[in-house]
Amino acid sequence: MGLFGPSVSGMALATRTDRRPSLPRAVWDSTVGKKTVMAVSGLIMLLYLVAHMIGNLKIFFGPDDFNHYAHWLRTLGGPVMRWEWTLWVIRVVLVAAVVAHAVSAYQLSRRDLKARPSKYVHKKPRASYATRTMRWGGIILGLFIVWHILDLTTGTAHPGGFQHLHPYQNVIDTFSTWYGNVVYLTAVVALGLHVRHGFWSAAQTLGVGSAARDRALKTCANGLALLLTAGFVSVPVGVMTGVVS
Amino acid sequence: MKLTLRVWRQRHADAEGHMSTYEVDGISPDMSFLEMLDTLNEELILKGEEPVAFDHDCREGICGACSLVINGDAHGPERTTTCQLHMRSFADGDTIDVEPWRAAAFPVVKDLVVDRSAFDRIIQAGGYISVPTGSAPEAHATPVPKPDADSAFEHAECIGCGACVAACPNGSAMLFTSAKVNHLNVLPQGAPERETRVLDMVAQMDSEGFGGCTLTGECATACPKGIPLPSIAAMNKEWLRATRKVRR
Repeated sequence: MGLFGPSVSGMALATRTDRRPSLPRAVWDSTVGKKTVMAVSGLIMLLYLVAHMIGNLKIFFGPDDFNHYAHWLRTLGGPVMRWEWTLWVIRVVLVAAVVAHAVSAYQLSRRDLKARPSKYVHKKPRASYATRTMRWGGIILGLFIVWHILDLTTGTAHPGGFQHLHPYQNVIDTFSTWYGNVVYLTAVVALGLHVRHGFWSAAQTLGVGSAARDRALKTCANGLALLLTAGFVSVPVGVMTGVVS
Repeated sequence: MKLTLRVWRQRHADAEGHMSTYEVDGISPDMSFLEMLDTLNEELILKGEEPVAFDHDCREGICGACSLVINGDAHGPERTTTCQLHMRSFADGDTIDVEPWRAAAFPVVKDLVVDRSAFDRIIQAGGYISVPTGSAPEAHATPVPKPDADSAFEHAECIGCGACVAACPNGSAMLFTSAKVNHLNVLPQGAPERETRVLDMVAQMDSEGFGGCTLTGECATACPKGIPLPSIAAMNKEWLRATRKVRR
Protein backbone atom coordinates (compact mmCIF):
# COMPACT_ATOMS: atom_id res chain seq x y z
CA MET A 1 0.00 0.00 0.00
CA GLY A 2 1.44 3.37 -1.00
CA LEU A 3 0.87 6.70 0.71
CA PHE A 4 -2.60 7.03 -0.79
CA GLY A 5 -3.06 3.28 -1.15
CA PRO A 6 -5.77 2.61 1.41
CA SER A 7 -8.08 5.44 0.44
CA VAL A 8 -7.56 5.01 -3.30
CA SER A 9 -8.33 1.30 -3.25
CA GLY A 10 -11.23 2.05 -0.91
CA MET A 11 -12.68 4.43 -3.49
CA ALA A 12 -12.24 1.80 -6.14
CA LEU A 13 -14.20 -0.62 -4.00
CA ALA A 14 -17.05 1.84 -3.47
CA THR A 15 -17.57 2.14 -7.22
CA ARG A 16 -16.71 -1.41 -8.18
CA THR A 17 -18.72 -2.71 -11.09
CA ASP A 18 -17.83 -6.41 -10.93
CA ARG A 19 -20.83 -8.47 -9.88
CA ARG A 20 -20.84 -10.51 -6.75
CA PRO A 21 -21.63 -14.21 -7.22
CA SER A 22 -25.11 -15.56 -6.45
CA LEU A 23 -25.94 -16.40 -2.84
CA PRO A 24 -25.55 -20.21 -3.12
CA ARG A 25 -22.29 -19.78 -5.04
CA ALA A 26 -20.94 -17.29 -2.50
CA VAL A 27 -21.80 -19.64 0.36
CA TRP A 28 -20.42 -22.79 -1.27
CA ASP A 29 -17.16 -21.15 -2.44
CA SER A 30 -16.23 -19.78 0.98
CA THR A 31 -14.84 -21.75 3.91
CA VAL A 32 -17.10 -19.73 6.21
CA GLY A 33 -20.08 -20.47 3.95
CA LYS A 34 -19.35 -24.18 3.76
CA LYS A 35 -19.15 -24.30 7.54
CA THR A 36 -22.59 -22.67 7.55
CA VAL A 37 -23.86 -25.53 5.38
CA MET A 38 -22.36 -27.97 7.89
CA ALA A 39 -23.91 -26.12 10.84
CA VAL A 40 -27.41 -25.96 9.35
CA SER A 41 -27.41 -29.56 8.06
CA GLY A 42 -25.99 -30.71 11.42
CA LEU A 43 -28.75 -28.95 13.33
CA ILE A 44 -31.41 -30.53 11.09
CA MET A 45 -29.97 -33.98 11.84
CA LEU A 46 -29.71 -33.14 15.53
CA LEU A 47 -33.37 -32.12 15.67
CA TYR A 48 -34.30 -35.43 14.03
CA LEU A 49 -32.09 -37.38 16.46
CA VAL A 50 -33.79 -35.87 19.50
CA ALA A 51 -37.20 -36.91 18.12
CA HIS A 52 -35.82 -40.33 17.13
CA MET A 53 -34.36 -40.92 20.59
CA ILE A 54 -37.59 -39.95 22.35
CA GLY A 55 -39.55 -42.22 19.98
CA ASN A 56 -37.17 -45.12 20.73
CA LEU A 57 -37.98 -44.89 24.42
CA LYS A 58 -41.52 -46.04 23.62
CA ILE A 59 -40.03 -49.53 23.41
CA PHE A 60 -40.14 -49.65 27.23
CA PHE A 61 -43.95 -49.51 27.11
CA GLY A 62 -44.19 -52.88 25.37
CA PRO A 63 -44.68 -54.24 21.84
CA ASP A 64 -48.16 -52.80 21.30
CA ASP A 65 -47.15 -49.26 22.16
CA PHE A 66 -43.95 -49.40 20.12
CA ASN A 67 -45.46 -51.05 17.04
CA HIS A 68 -48.40 -48.68 17.15
CA TYR A 69 -45.99 -45.75 17.29
CA ALA A 70 -44.26 -47.07 14.14
CA HIS A 71 -47.65 -47.29 12.47
CA TRP A 72 -48.61 -43.77 13.54
CA LEU A 73 -45.37 -42.38 12.04
CA ARG A 74 -46.64 -43.49 8.64
CA THR A 75 -49.97 -41.73 9.07
CA LEU A 76 -48.34 -38.43 10.09
CA GLY A 77 -49.89 -35.37 8.45
CA GLY A 78 -53.04 -37.21 7.42
CA PRO A 79 -55.52 -36.86 5.95
CA VAL A 80 -53.68 -34.29 3.82
CA MET A 81 -50.67 -36.58 3.57
CA ARG A 82 -51.28 -40.16 2.49
CA TRP A 83 -49.64 -43.30 3.97
CA GLU A 84 -45.86 -42.72 4.49
CA TRP A 85 -45.84 -39.39 2.59
CA THR A 86 -44.62 -37.36 5.56
CA LEU A 87 -42.11 -40.06 6.40
CA TRP A 88 -40.70 -39.85 2.89
CA VAL A 89 -40.46 -36.04 3.10
CA ILE A 90 -38.47 -36.43 6.31
CA ARG A 91 -36.27 -39.09 4.66
CA VAL A 92 -35.52 -36.84 1.67
CA VAL A 93 -34.64 -33.89 3.93
CA LEU A 94 -32.40 -36.15 6.04
CA VAL A 95 -30.58 -37.60 3.03
CA ALA A 96 -30.04 -34.07 1.71
CA ALA A 97 -28.68 -33.03 5.13
CA VAL A 98 -26.35 -36.05 5.37
CA VAL A 99 -25.02 -35.50 1.84
CA ALA A 100 -24.53 -31.74 2.34
CA HIS A 101 -22.83 -32.35 5.70
CA ALA A 102 -20.54 -35.09 4.37
CA VAL A 103 -19.55 -33.33 1.13
CA SER A 104 -18.78 -30.07 2.97
CA ALA A 105 -16.79 -31.97 5.59
CA TYR A 106 -14.84 -33.84 2.94
CA GLN A 107 -13.99 -30.70 0.97
CA LEU A 108 -13.09 -28.67 4.05
CA SER A 109 -10.98 -31.50 5.49
CA ARG A 110 -9.03 -31.84 2.26
CA ARG A 111 -8.42 -28.11 2.31
CA ASP A 112 -7.37 -28.20 5.97
CA LEU A 113 -4.89 -31.03 5.43
CA LYS A 114 -3.41 -29.20 2.42
CA ALA A 115 -3.07 -26.01 4.47
CA ARG A 116 -0.76 -27.75 6.94
CA PRO A 117 1.45 -29.99 4.77
CA SER A 118 4.41 -30.35 7.15
CA LYS A 119 3.85 -31.38 10.72
CA TYR A 120 5.83 -30.18 13.70
CA VAL A 121 8.67 -32.41 14.82
CA HIS A 122 7.78 -31.64 18.44
CA LYS A 123 4.20 -32.87 18.76
CA LYS A 124 1.87 -32.03 21.59
CA PRO A 125 -1.56 -33.48 22.38
CA ARG A 126 -3.94 -30.83 21.14
CA ALA A 127 -7.58 -29.90 21.69
CA SER A 128 -10.19 -32.08 23.37
CA TYR A 129 -10.87 -35.70 22.44
CA ALA A 130 -14.27 -34.74 20.99
CA THR A 131 -12.64 -32.10 18.78
CA ARG A 132 -9.88 -34.41 17.54
CA THR A 133 -12.28 -37.23 16.65
CA MET A 134 -14.74 -35.16 14.56
CA ARG A 135 -13.51 -36.53 11.22
CA TRP A 136 -13.17 -40.20 12.15
CA GLY A 137 -16.32 -39.97 14.26
CA GLY A 138 -18.19 -38.59 11.26
CA ILE A 139 -16.98 -41.46 9.05
CA ILE A 140 -18.05 -44.00 11.70
CA LEU A 141 -21.48 -42.36 11.90
CA GLY A 142 -21.84 -42.36 8.11
CA LEU A 143 -21.08 -46.09 7.91
CA PHE A 144 -23.38 -46.75 10.85
CA ILE A 145 -26.30 -44.98 9.15
CA VAL A 146 -25.94 -47.30 6.13
CA TRP A 147 -25.90 -50.43 8.34
CA HIS A 148 -28.71 -49.11 10.55
CA ILE A 149 -31.03 -48.56 7.54
CA LEU A 150 -30.15 -51.96 6.01
CA ASP A 151 -30.76 -53.56 9.41
CA LEU A 152 -33.95 -51.94 10.70
CA THR A 153 -35.57 -50.06 7.80
CA THR A 154 -35.16 -52.29 4.75
CA GLY A 155 -34.29 -55.44 6.69
CA THR A 156 -31.65 -56.39 4.11
CA ALA A 157 -28.94 -56.99 6.73
CA HIS A 158 -31.24 -58.04 9.54
CA PRO A 159 -30.41 -61.03 11.75
CA GLY A 160 -33.41 -63.35 11.74
CA GLY A 161 -36.63 -62.78 9.85
CA PHE A 162 -37.32 -59.08 9.36
CA GLN A 163 -40.98 -58.22 9.91
CA HIS A 164 -42.21 -54.98 8.38
CA LEU A 165 -44.14 -52.81 10.89
CA HIS A 166 -43.09 -55.03 13.80
CA PRO A 167 -40.10 -53.01 14.97
CA TYR A 168 -40.32 -54.34 18.54
CA GLN A 169 -39.28 -57.85 17.50
CA ASN A 170 -36.77 -56.47 14.93
CA VAL A 171 -35.03 -54.40 17.61
CA ILE A 172 -34.79 -57.44 19.90
CA ASP A 173 -33.33 -59.51 17.03
CA THR A 174 -30.61 -56.94 16.38
CA PHE A 175 -29.63 -56.48 20.00
CA SER A 176 -29.60 -60.22 20.60
CA THR A 177 -26.45 -60.45 18.46
CA TRP A 178 -23.07 -59.42 19.87
CA TYR A 179 -22.08 -57.48 16.74
CA GLY A 180 -25.40 -55.63 16.71
CA ASN A 181 -24.67 -54.32 20.20
CA VAL A 182 -21.01 -53.55 19.49
CA VAL A 183 -21.73 -51.62 16.27
CA TYR A 184 -24.64 -49.71 17.81
CA LEU A 185 -22.89 -48.78 21.05
CA THR A 186 -19.75 -47.67 19.18
CA ALA A 187 -21.84 -45.45 16.93
CA VAL A 188 -23.78 -43.94 19.84
CA VAL A 189 -20.57 -43.04 21.69
CA ALA A 190 -19.22 -41.51 18.46
CA LEU A 191 -22.48 -39.58 18.17
CA GLY A 192 -22.21 -38.20 21.69
CA LEU A 193 -18.66 -36.98 21.06
CA HIS A 194 -19.64 -35.58 17.65
CA VAL A 195 -22.57 -33.62 19.07
CA ARG A 196 -20.50 -32.35 21.99
CA HIS A 197 -18.12 -30.42 19.71
CA GLY A 198 -20.55 -30.09 16.79
CA PHE A 199 -23.39 -28.28 18.52
CA TRP A 200 -21.13 -25.70 20.12
CA SER A 201 -19.23 -25.28 16.82
CA ALA A 202 -22.46 -24.77 14.89
CA ALA A 203 -23.35 -21.94 17.25
CA GLN A 204 -19.97 -20.29 16.57
CA THR A 205 -20.35 -20.76 12.82
CA LEU A 206 -23.81 -19.23 12.80
CA GLY A 207 -22.50 -16.26 14.78
CA VAL A 208 -24.53 -17.01 17.90
CA GLY A 209 -21.47 -17.64 20.06
CA SER A 210 -20.08 -14.91 22.27
CA ALA A 211 -18.01 -14.69 25.43
CA ALA A 212 -21.17 -14.10 27.48
CA ARG A 213 -23.00 -17.10 26.00
CA ASP A 214 -20.06 -19.49 25.83
CA ARG A 215 -20.79 -21.28 29.09
CA ALA A 216 -24.48 -21.69 28.30
CA LEU A 217 -23.67 -23.06 24.84
CA LYS A 218 -21.08 -25.52 26.17
CA THR A 219 -23.52 -26.71 28.85
CA CYS A 220 -26.20 -27.10 26.22
CA ALA A 221 -23.85 -29.08 23.94
CA ASN A 222 -22.76 -31.39 26.77
CA GLY A 223 -26.36 -31.83 27.94
CA LEU A 224 -27.56 -32.71 24.44
CA ALA A 225 -24.68 -35.13 23.91
CA LEU A 226 -25.31 -36.85 27.22
CA LEU A 227 -29.08 -37.00 26.72
CA LEU A 228 -28.78 -38.49 23.23
CA THR A 229 -26.13 -41.01 24.30
CA ALA A 230 -28.08 -42.14 27.37
CA GLY A 231 -31.36 -42.32 25.48
CA PHE A 232 -29.98 -44.36 22.58
CA VAL A 233 -27.87 -46.62 24.81
CA SER A 234 -30.90 -47.48 26.94
CA VAL A 235 -32.48 -49.57 24.14
CA PRO A 236 -29.70 -52.18 23.62
CA VAL A 237 -29.07 -52.19 27.38
CA GLY A 238 -32.80 -52.83 27.88
CA VAL A 239 -32.66 -55.81 25.51
CA MET A 240 -29.41 -57.16 27.02
CA THR A 241 -30.76 -56.97 30.57
CA GLY A 242 -34.08 -58.52 29.56
CA VAL A 243 -36.16 -55.42 30.42
CA VAL A 244 -37.22 -55.45 26.78
CA SER A 245 -38.02 -58.98 25.61
CA MET B 1 22.44 -22.57 32.00
CA LYS B 2 23.51 -25.28 29.60
CA LEU B 3 20.99 -26.21 26.93
CA THR B 4 20.64 -28.56 24.00
CA LEU B 5 18.88 -26.97 21.05
CA ARG B 6 17.33 -28.83 18.17
CA VAL B 7 16.79 -26.23 15.47
CA TRP B 8 15.13 -26.49 12.05
CA ARG B 9 17.73 -25.74 9.38
CA GLN B 10 16.70 -25.19 5.77
CA ARG B 11 19.08 -23.48 3.33
CA HIS B 12 16.37 -21.98 1.10
CA ALA B 13 12.68 -22.27 0.25
CA ASP B 14 13.05 -25.33 -1.99
CA ALA B 15 15.73 -27.13 0.03
CA GLU B 16 15.09 -30.13 2.26
CA GLY B 17 15.14 -29.14 5.91
CA HIS B 18 16.20 -31.04 9.01
CA MET B 19 16.58 -30.60 12.76
CA SER B 20 20.18 -29.80 13.78
CA THR B 21 21.41 -30.26 17.34
CA TYR B 22 23.51 -27.58 19.06
CA GLU B 23 24.87 -27.24 22.59
CA VAL B 24 24.86 -23.75 24.16
CA ASP B 25 26.51 -22.94 27.47
CA GLY B 26 26.66 -19.88 29.70
CA ILE B 27 23.04 -18.87 29.14
CA SER B 28 21.66 -16.47 31.74
CA PRO B 29 18.07 -17.07 32.92
CA ASP B 30 17.51 -13.32 32.35
CA MET B 31 18.25 -13.58 28.63
CA SER B 32 15.35 -13.48 26.22
CA PHE B 33 14.90 -16.46 23.91
CA LEU B 34 16.18 -14.38 21.00
CA GLU B 35 19.29 -13.31 22.96
CA MET B 36 19.94 -16.99 23.60
CA LEU B 37 19.74 -17.57 19.83
CA ASP B 38 22.07 -14.56 19.31
CA THR B 39 24.56 -16.32 21.59
CA LEU B 40 24.27 -19.49 19.54
CA ASN B 41 24.74 -17.53 16.30
CA GLU B 42 27.87 -15.76 17.62
CA GLU B 43 29.37 -19.15 18.36
CA LEU B 44 28.37 -20.47 14.95
CA ILE B 45 29.93 -17.46 13.21
CA LEU B 46 33.18 -17.89 15.17
CA LYS B 47 33.25 -21.53 14.09
CA GLY B 48 32.71 -20.45 10.48
CA GLU B 49 29.26 -22.03 10.31
CA GLU B 50 26.10 -20.50 8.87
CA PRO B 51 24.14 -18.70 11.62
CA VAL B 52 20.50 -19.64 12.24
CA ALA B 53 18.15 -17.26 10.40
CA PHE B 54 15.15 -16.05 12.41
CA ASP B 55 12.78 -13.08 12.24
CA HIS B 56 12.90 -10.34 14.87
CA ASP B 57 12.49 -6.58 15.04
CA CYS B 58 11.31 -4.54 18.01
CA ARG B 59 12.06 -7.13 20.71
CA GLU B 60 9.43 -5.37 22.81
CA GLY B 61 6.50 -7.67 22.03
CA ILE B 62 4.67 -5.17 19.83
CA CYS B 63 5.81 -5.65 16.23
CA GLY B 64 4.84 -9.27 15.53
CA ALA B 65 8.07 -10.15 13.70
CA CYS B 66 9.38 -12.93 15.94
CA SER B 67 7.87 -16.25 15.06
CA LEU B 68 9.22 -19.45 16.59
CA VAL B 69 7.50 -22.66 17.55
CA ILE B 70 9.27 -23.70 20.74
CA ASN B 71 8.70 -27.23 22.03
CA GLY B 72 5.56 -27.44 19.89
CA ASP B 73 4.08 -24.16 21.16
CA ALA B 74 3.88 -21.01 19.02
CA HIS B 75 6.00 -18.43 20.94
CA GLY B 76 6.87 -21.08 23.53
CA PRO B 77 5.49 -21.97 26.94
CA GLU B 78 4.50 -18.48 28.12
CA ARG B 79 1.62 -16.45 26.70
CA THR B 80 3.77 -13.81 25.09
CA THR B 81 5.89 -13.22 22.01
CA THR B 82 9.15 -15.12 21.52
CA CYS B 83 11.15 -11.95 22.17
CA GLN B 84 9.49 -11.49 25.57
CA LEU B 85 10.03 -15.13 26.53
CA HIS B 86 12.90 -15.45 28.99
CA MET B 87 15.21 -18.37 29.58
CA ARG B 88 14.01 -18.62 33.19
CA SER B 89 11.00 -20.40 31.70
CA PHE B 90 13.34 -23.32 31.00
CA ALA B 91 15.47 -25.49 33.28
CA ASP B 92 19.22 -26.02 33.12
CA GLY B 93 19.99 -29.03 30.92
CA ASP B 94 16.73 -28.82 28.94
CA THR B 95 16.49 -29.90 25.32
CA ILE B 96 14.50 -27.31 23.36
CA ASP B 97 12.99 -27.84 19.90
CA VAL B 98 12.83 -24.73 17.73
CA GLU B 99 10.78 -24.84 14.52
CA PRO B 100 9.34 -22.30 12.07
CA TRP B 101 5.59 -21.52 11.71
CA ARG B 102 4.09 -24.41 9.73
CA ALA B 103 1.41 -23.57 7.16
CA ALA B 104 1.10 -23.85 3.38
CA ALA B 105 0.30 -20.13 3.26
CA PHE B 106 3.52 -19.36 5.24
CA PRO B 107 6.28 -20.98 3.16
CA VAL B 108 9.71 -21.24 4.78
CA VAL B 109 12.18 -18.72 3.35
CA LYS B 110 15.20 -19.94 5.30
CA ASP B 111 15.68 -21.84 8.58
CA LEU B 112 13.13 -20.30 10.96
CA VAL B 113 12.03 -17.45 8.70
CA VAL B 114 8.67 -17.77 6.93
CA ASP B 115 6.96 -15.55 4.36
CA ARG B 116 3.89 -13.98 6.02
CA SER B 117 2.96 -11.64 3.14
CA ALA B 118 -0.36 -13.52 2.86
CA PHE B 119 -1.42 -11.53 5.95
CA ASP B 120 -0.53 -8.27 4.19
CA ARG B 121 -2.74 -9.21 1.26
CA ILE B 122 -5.66 -9.98 3.61
CA ILE B 123 -5.23 -6.50 5.12
CA GLN B 124 -5.06 -4.96 1.64
CA ALA B 125 -8.35 -6.63 0.77
CA GLY B 126 -10.29 -4.69 3.39
CA GLY B 127 -8.35 -3.84 6.54
CA TYR B 128 -8.68 -0.09 6.10
CA ILE B 129 -11.25 2.70 6.23
CA SER B 130 -11.84 5.28 3.51
CA VAL B 131 -11.52 8.80 4.89
CA PRO B 132 -10.79 12.14 3.25
CA THR B 133 -7.18 13.04 4.00
CA GLY B 134 -6.27 16.53 5.11
CA SER B 135 -6.77 18.26 8.43
CA ALA B 136 -7.50 16.16 11.48
CA PRO B 137 -11.22 15.62 12.12
CA GLU B 138 -12.89 17.17 15.16
CA ALA B 139 -12.35 14.68 17.98
CA HIS B 140 -15.98 14.59 19.13
CA ALA B 141 -17.60 14.61 15.70
CA THR B 142 -18.11 10.83 15.72
CA PRO B 143 -19.24 9.49 19.09
CA VAL B 144 -18.14 5.92 19.82
CA PRO B 145 -19.85 4.05 22.68
CA LYS B 146 -17.32 2.87 25.28
CA PRO B 147 -18.08 -0.87 24.87
CA ASP B 148 -17.53 -0.55 21.10
CA ALA B 149 -14.30 1.36 21.62
CA ASP B 150 -13.13 -1.34 24.05
CA SER B 151 -14.05 -4.13 21.65
CA ALA B 152 -12.29 -2.38 18.75
CA PHE B 153 -9.21 -1.88 20.89
CA GLU B 154 -9.19 -5.49 22.06
CA HIS B 155 -9.12 -6.63 18.43
CA ALA B 156 -6.70 -3.90 17.37
CA GLU B 157 -4.16 -5.44 19.73
CA CYS B 158 -3.47 -8.13 17.10
CA ILE B 159 0.11 -7.66 15.93
CA GLY B 160 -0.23 -10.04 12.98
CA CYS B 161 2.53 -12.39 14.14
CA GLY B 162 0.76 -15.48 12.77
CA ALA B 163 0.92 -17.58 15.95
CA CYS B 164 -2.78 -18.40 15.41
CA VAL B 165 -2.01 -19.96 12.03
CA ALA B 166 1.04 -21.77 13.41
CA ALA B 167 -0.95 -23.27 16.28
CA CYS B 168 -4.00 -24.24 14.21
CA PRO B 169 -4.00 -27.88 13.06
CA ASN B 170 -5.67 -26.64 9.85
CA GLY B 171 -3.31 -23.70 9.26
CA SER B 172 -6.34 -21.42 9.42
CA ALA B 173 -6.12 -17.62 9.58
CA MET B 174 -9.60 -17.12 11.01
CA LEU B 175 -8.47 -15.56 14.31
CA PHE B 176 -6.20 -13.03 12.56
CA THR B 177 -8.83 -12.12 9.97
CA SER B 178 -11.58 -11.88 12.59
CA ALA B 179 -9.45 -9.56 14.73
CA LYS B 180 -8.90 -7.25 11.77
CA VAL B 181 -12.53 -7.37 10.61
CA ASN B 182 -14.03 -6.84 14.07
CA HIS B 183 -11.59 -4.04 14.91
CA LEU B 184 -13.01 -1.86 12.13
CA ASN B 185 -16.54 -3.24 11.85
CA VAL B 186 -17.58 -2.24 15.39
CA LEU B 187 -16.54 1.38 14.82
CA PRO B 188 -18.65 4.03 13.03
CA GLN B 189 -15.56 4.90 10.97
CA GLY B 190 -15.60 1.37 9.57
CA ALA B 191 -19.32 1.33 8.81
CA PRO B 192 -19.25 2.43 5.11
CA GLU B 193 -17.21 -0.66 4.17
CA ARG B 194 -18.67 -2.97 6.77
CA GLU B 195 -19.98 -5.54 4.27
CA THR B 196 -17.29 -5.41 1.58
CA ARG B 197 -14.58 -5.57 4.25
CA VAL B 198 -15.61 -8.92 5.70
CA LEU B 199 -16.48 -10.46 2.32
CA ASP B 200 -13.26 -9.37 0.63
CA MET B 201 -10.98 -10.23 3.56
CA VAL B 202 -12.50 -13.72 3.98
CA ALA B 203 -12.27 -14.31 0.21
CA GLN B 204 -8.60 -13.25 0.25
CA MET B 205 -7.94 -15.46 3.28
CA ASP B 206 -9.40 -18.44 1.40
CA SER B 207 -7.47 -17.70 -1.78
CA GLU B 208 -4.17 -17.63 0.14
CA GLY B 209 -4.58 -21.34 0.94
CA PHE B 210 -5.27 -21.09 4.66
CA GLY B 211 -7.39 -23.93 6.05
CA GLY B 212 -10.89 -23.65 7.45
CA CYS B 213 -11.83 -23.24 11.08
CA THR B 214 -12.79 -26.33 13.10
CA LEU B 215 -12.95 -24.37 16.35
CA THR B 216 -10.23 -26.30 18.14
CA GLY B 217 -9.37 -23.09 20.00
CA GLU B 218 -5.61 -23.57 19.58
CA CYS B 219 -5.30 -20.11 17.98
CA ALA B 220 -6.71 -18.21 20.94
CA THR B 221 -4.54 -20.22 23.34
CA ALA B 222 -1.40 -19.35 21.38
CA CYS B 223 -2.22 -15.68 20.71
CA PRO B 224 0.28 -13.48 22.60
CA LYS B 225 -2.23 -10.62 22.58
CA GLY B 226 -5.19 -12.60 23.89
CA ILE B 227 -7.51 -12.19 20.90
CA PRO B 228 -10.48 -14.24 22.15
CA LEU B 229 -11.98 -17.24 20.32
CA PRO B 230 -15.51 -15.70 20.18
CA SER B 231 -13.95 -13.16 17.81
CA ILE B 232 -14.34 -15.85 15.13
CA ALA B 233 -18.06 -16.23 15.87
CA ALA B 234 -18.43 -12.45 15.62
CA MET B 235 -16.77 -12.46 12.19
CA ASN B 236 -18.99 -15.35 11.04
CA LYS B 237 -21.99 -13.26 12.05
CA GLU B 238 -20.65 -10.30 10.07
CA TRP B 239 -19.99 -12.53 7.05
CA LEU B 240 -23.50 -14.02 7.08
CA ARG B 241 -25.03 -10.56 7.45
CA ALA B 242 -22.94 -9.14 4.60
CA THR B 243 -23.61 -12.11 2.32
CA ARG B 244 -27.35 -11.51 2.67
CA LYS B 245 -27.12 -7.74 2.50
CA VAL B 246 -25.00 -7.16 -0.60
CA ARG B 247 -27.51 -9.10 -2.70
CA ARG B 248 -30.57 -7.19 -1.62
